[in-house]
Amino acid sequence: MTRPDAPGTTPGPRTWRKPSFIANPVLRYGLWLVVLVYLIWAFGSLPFNWTRIAEGLPRAARIFGSGFPPSFERGGLLLTGFKESFQIAILATLLGVALSIPFAVMAARNIAPLPIYLFGRAVIIISRSFHPVIVAILFVAAVGFGPLAGVLTLTLYSIGFVGKLLAEEIEEIDWGQVEAMKATGAGYFSILVYAVFPQILPRQVGLSMYQLDSNLRASAVVGIVGAGGIGGTLMNAFGRYDYDFAFAILLIIIAVILVSEGISGWVRKKIW
Amino acid sequence: MVDQTDALAARIWHRYDRKERLIRYAVLLVTVMVVYWAVRDIDIFWPWVWDAPNQISSLGARMWPPDPRRLEQIIGAMIETVHIATLATMLTIFIALPVSYIAAQNTTPNRACLWLGRFILVSSRSVNTIIWALLFVAIFGPGVLAGILAIMFRSIGFIGKLMGEAIEEIDRRPVEAMEATGASKLKVIAYAVVPQVMPAFFAIVILRWDINIRESTVLGLVGAGGIGVLLQGSIDTFAWPTVATILIAIVILVLIGEAITSILRRKVI
Repeated sequence: MTRPDAPGTTPGPRTWRKPSFIANPVLRYGLWLVVLVYLIWAFGSLPFNWTRIAEGLPRAARIFGSGFPPSFERGGLLLTGFKESFQIAILATLLGVALSIPFAVMAARNIAPLPIYLFGRAVIIISRSFHPVIVAILFVAAVGFGPLAGVLTLTLYSIGFVGKLLAEEIEEIDWGQVEAMKATGAGYFSILVYAVFPQILPRQVGLSMYQLDSNLRASAVVGIVGAGGIGGTLMNAFGRYDYDFAFAILLIIIAVILVSEGISGWVRKKIW
Repeated sequence: MVDQTDALAARIWHRYDRKERLIRYAVLLVTVMVVYWAVRDIDIFWPWVWDAPNQISSLGARMWPPDPRRLEQIIGAMIETVHIATLATMLTIFIALPVSYIAAQNTTPNRACLWLGRFILVSSRSVNTIIWALLFVAIFGPGVLAGILAIMFRSIGFIGKLMGEAIEEIDRRPVEAMEATGASKLKVIAYAVVPQVMPAFFAIVILRWDINIRESTVLGLVGAGGIGVLLQGSIDTFAWPTVATILIAIVILVLIGEAITSILRRKVI
């Protein structure tokens, strides 16, 4: 047995190596291999139209060239578009938040019986799976072009989001108050109103503010498929190669979103 | 002394004091007024509203039963959708990490870089994926490349912001220890910063991948590839049973994505 520091043996210069994030080398290189194979498969199977893409750079230059400076000439159109977006967002938030309460109660395991729980969960899962734009096309097909489709879309979207978070909140409430009320012989709805709702109300107000903010963002895109609001104006501007107006709309959208994010953040900080 | 006890007993308990009550009424009043304005002024044709349940149920009836004939095409488009989401998420990482590095207060080289980073993050997050897609379709023509770029440009803001916050929360001491040994800037990042933000990084990327799958289902509506192209085509030709099949396929895809995400999250973090 030879010790590394025993006389006669020359200890090699030891260098420290960083321990790898994944200790098992087979797994480590296996993962790299999987990623590589995936990339080859994905790039190989996707249809890229390289000639069309190659035309992109001069095209981009032309688009940005005609987009600057942004033109605010048609301010009236801009204003009506934004007014409609605001109205869609406000109405959808009000309806969505009001409707999210019954769905949240249904989807909370601790206060809903199993069949109702499954129904509530299903509604929430389905309304969350679809991007608001897909829902918007369906509503446009059902009730026609215009802000009505937008309001319906964003109402459904709000039910999904607020309902999910609210249901989780209900599942975590302090059960003592419910038991206290049950002991007095209170009915189901009295328990909901006096023992459950007061505990989730602060959260609900915060979520509503957040949802108003996020509905305002979404209302800008549902217009792209014809559901009213500034998105329609933007789509038209793009369609008519009216890039300076389109860039003006984009700039204002960014500004409005920043302001609304600031306001909703401030309100939520005040309430929580 | 009796009258004083009476006075105390006669007091009524109020949940809010006068000022709080006034603020609450004012907020309520403003809300009611805004809603009233929105309802009165919005360009909605009310008979359509009362007719909406009928119309929606009739649309539902036209969709039923789902038509599985184009299933093969739908599955192909679904795979394309997943590819768009995955490739875009992978590519985003290369841009988002440097941006998050300069947008974090404790690692940014100087104030100009900090503001540049923040500007990139904010403008990326403020523009919706669909709007990015619209722009890239105008530039590169319809197709998957526009979709990948749109998802990338939207994800940069998300991943960059959350990674920036993770970097701002790191323990300062390993960095200082390395700096004291005279390590180079690159080595400090590799050995003091990266190991601390690694778990956050995986959590954020997995979360964004899940979101991107949902986002990539709509890219096709503006011509940027994926299942949305088929969906738009079926809606335009009133092939409602096919639309129903596509919608079911999207729900299944999203559920699979969520399942994979939760497995990965448990494994990695």
